[in-house]
Amino acid sequence: MPVMNMIQAINSALDVKLAQDPDVLVFGEDVGYFGGVFRVTDGLQAKHGLTRCFDAPISEGGIIATAIGMGAYGLRPVPEIQFADYILPAFDQLVSEAARLRYRSNGEFWAPITVRSPYGGGIFGGQTHSQSPEAIFAHITGLKTVIPSTPYDAKGLLIAAIEDDDPVIFLEPKRLYNGPFDGRHDQALKTWMGEPAADVPEGHYTVPLGKAAIVRSGTDVTVLAYGTMVHVAKAGIEDAGVDAELIDLRSIVPLDIDTIVASVAKTGRCVILHEASRFGGFGGELSALVQERCFWALKSPIERVGGWDTPYPHAFEWDYFPGPARLAKALARTMENR
Amino acid sequence: MTDSPALSLYVPEPLARPGEAPRFDHLSFAAGAAEVRPAVDAPEHELRDMPYGLVRVLGETASAWDPVLDPEILRQGLRAMVQTRLFEDRLFRAHRQGKTSFFMKSTGEEAIGVAQSMALGAGDMCFPTYRVQGWLIARGYSIETMINQIYSNERDPLKGRQLPILYSAREYGFYSLSGNVGSRFGHAVGWAMASAYRGDRGIALGYIGEGTTAEGDFHEALTFASVYRAPVILAVTNNQWAISSFSGIAGAERTTFAAKALAYGIPGLRVDGNDFLAVWAATLWAAARARANLGPTLIEFVTYRVAGHSTSDDPTKYRPADEGSHWPLGDPIERLKEHLVALGEWSGERHAQMEAELTEALREAQRAAEAVGTLGKSKPSVAEMFEGVFKDPDWRVIEQRRELGI
Ligand SMILES: Cc1ncc(C[n+]2csc(CCOP(=O)(O)OP(=O)(O)O)c2C)c(N)n1
Repeated sequence: MPVMNMIQAINSALDVKLAQDPDVLVFGEDVGYFGGVFRVTDGLQAKHGLTRCFDAPISEGGIIATAIGMGAYGLRPVPEIQFADYILPAFDQLVSEAARLRYRSNGEFWAPITVRSPYGGGIFGGQTHSQSPEAIFAHITGLKTVIPSTPYDAKGLLIAAIEDDDPVIFLEPKRLYNGPFDGRHDQALKTWMGEPAADVPEGHYTVPLGKAAIVRSGTDVTVLAYGTMVHVAKAGIEDAGVDAELIDLRSIVPLDIDTIVASVAKTGRCVILHEASRFGGFGGELSALVQERCFWALKSPIERVGGWDTPYPHAFEWDYFPGPARLAKALARTMENR
Repeated sequence: MTDSPALSLYVPEPLARPGEAPRFDHLSFAAGAAEVRPAVDAPEHELRDMPYGLVRVLGETASAWDPVLDPEILRQGLRAMVQTRLFEDRLFRAHRQGKTSFFMKSTGEEAIGVAQSMALGAGDMCFPTYRVQGWLIARGYSIETMINQIYSNERDPLKGRQLPILYSAREYGFYSLSGNVGSRFGHAVGWAMASAYRGDRGIALGYIGEGTTAEGDFHEALTFASVYRAPVILAVTNNQWAISSFSGIAGAERTTFAAKALAYGIPGLRVDGNDFLAVWAATLWAAARARANLGPTLIEFVTYRVAGHSTSDDPTKYRPADEGSHWPLGDPIERLKEHLVALGEWSGERHAQMEAELTEALREAQRAAEAVGTLGKSKPSVAEMFEGVFKDPDWRVIEQRRELGI
C-alpha cells in the first residue's frame, strides 16, 4: 500500500472523487494551476481540467455562497478556504445559509458542500494562521465538523464528507500535514514514513462520520482529543505514565457519544484536550455531556486543557500551545483523586 | 429555449504560464483621458473616462500631472525607495537564514508607499497592506525597531504578539496591520468619517491589493465612502498577482480596478504605480479633493510584484520566470534615478555612494537587533502573552498566567 503524508492523502481523496463523480468540483484561492498554498490540490487541474479545479477570487463569502448555489443545483462542490482563520468572512453563508437551507425549505433545497480548510497552530503562524475555530461551527445546528488526525483517516473521512448530503466543515490540522507532530517541538521532526496510519489505499474507501477511534485503550482515565492533539495526547500520556484510554473523536458533529460514555463509565476520569482557547471551546460541551451522562461514574472532576484565552501569539508559540507537559499535569491532577 | 446551445463554464487563465513568453497585451498603458489633470473640484460625472486612462509623468514630455517637486524631495524619495529595497532584500535573507518565521517584499512597488507617505501629512492616517513598508521608512521610522518586530525579540514594540512585518505605528500614521486581507479598508472610511464629524483636518488613506478587491470589505468601504462623502483616498495596488492568481481572477479581464469607482459615483484614477511623480500627483489631487470636503477618490496603482508573494512561495511555479523583466512600466527606482540624472541632480557615483551608506546603516541596525536576538533566541517576557486582551485583564488570564507560573 502506498505511504502518504496527509497532503497526499487528501489530494488522493479529491482525485478519487473527481474521477468518479462529474458533479464534484474543487475551487478556492490558489487551488487551481498552483495547487494550493499547501500543495493539497497539486496536479488536480492538470489531470481533471480547468473547470473541475480552479482558482477563486479572494472572497471567502463569495466562495461559500457560490458553493451553496452549486450544491443546491445538484453539484458536490469542495471549496477550500486557504486558512481556517479566513473562514470568518464566510460565516454568515455557513451559518444562515448552508446550515439551514434543508430545514427552511422543507427539503426542497440543500447544500451538499464540503468546506476544506487547514487549521491549527504549531507553525509560528501568529494570530491569523494558527486558530482553531471548530467550536463556533459545532455550535451551529445543521453543520457537520470533521477533523482527521492521520493520513488514512483524512482520506476516508474526506470522501465520506463529500458523499454526505449535508454541509461539512473539514478542518485539516496543518501541523500534521507532513508528520505526526506530538508537541515536542524541540525534538527531531517525524515524518509519516513508517506510521501505520500513513498506509493509504489508492482507491475509494470511507471512514464514517460520527465514529470515534480508540487510539489507545486504558483503564485509568479517558482522554478526549482530535486533530494534532491526538498525537500530543499520546506523548502526554507517556510522560504522565498513566494507563489512559485515548479517544480520537474524528468528527465533533456528529459526535460519537456512545464511545465517549462507554469509556468514561469504565475509567471514571476524563481529560479533554484541544488547541483552541479553553473558554467556550468545544471542551466545554464535551465536559457537560460527560458530566450529564457519567456523573455517578466520575472519581475526579473533569479536566480541560486548551490554549490560553488570548489570541494566538507569534513569539510565544510554545508557551501558548497546549503541549504534552500541560496534559501530563492535568492527568496527574486527575489521578490524585482515588 | 431548446435550440440554445449548451452552456459552458468559463474560468479565466493568464496569458502566459511558466515556460511561455510573458505577455501584457491585455493591459493598456495609454494616458487616454488621464492626459488631462482635471480641476480638483471637477464634478464626478465629468471624470468618468479617467479610470480607463493612465496618469503618467516620468517619460512624458510636459505631463499636466507633473507635481513639479524640488530635486531635494526627489532625492529623499529615491533614498527611501532604495532603503526599502535593500532592507527587504536583507530581511528576506534573514528569513532564509532561519532568523524569523516569515517575510514579504514590495520589490518593484516601492514608489507607492514612499511617495504617498511623503505626499500626505503627519495628521493623516494610512491603513496599510503588508506591501507598503516603504511608508514607515520614508517617515524615518527606526529600521532597528522594524527588525526587532520581525524577530519578535525582547525589544519588539508589539511584544511578540504579531507576525513579522504586521507593524503598528500610530505616530507615523500607520494603522495596525493584520494577517487577514481587506478587513481594514472600511476602517479607513470610518476614520475619515470621524475626522469629518469632529471637524478636524486629517484625511485617511486605505490600501488594498487588487486580488482583495474581491472581498466584500472593498465594496462596503466604497459604499460608505460614497454615501458619507468621506475624506478618504482608497488605493488599489494592482501588482498583477495575488499569490498565484492573476488579476483576471479578481475581474480584470473585463474592466480596470479604477473603474470600479464609477458605480459608486466617486472619481477613479488609474495611475502608473512605478512612476514616483505620478503617484505623488494623483495622491495630491485626491487629497486636495478630500480636504476640500469633496469626498473620496479611488486610485488604482498599476504596478508589478517582482518578488514572490512571500517567503512561502516560488513564483516560477505559476508565472514565467522572466515576466518581471518584461514589465512595461519598468522599475520605479531606476526611473526616478534616471529622471534625477537627466535633471543634472544625481549621478551614478552619488547613487553608488548612497547605496553603500544605506547598506552600512542597515547592517548596523541588523547587528543591533541581532544583539538582542532573533526569533526564538530572544522574546518579550511571557507575561506579555496575557496582556492587552482587554484593557484590564479578566480572571481567566489572571488564573492562566498563574497556571503557567509567570
Ligand atoms: C481574508 C483573507 N483571505 C485570504 C488570505 C490569504 N492571502 C494572503 S495574501 C493573499 C493575496 C492577496 O493578494 P492581493 O490583494 O492582490 O495583494 P498582494 O499580495 O498582491 O499585494 C491571500 C489570498 C488572507 N490573508 N486573508
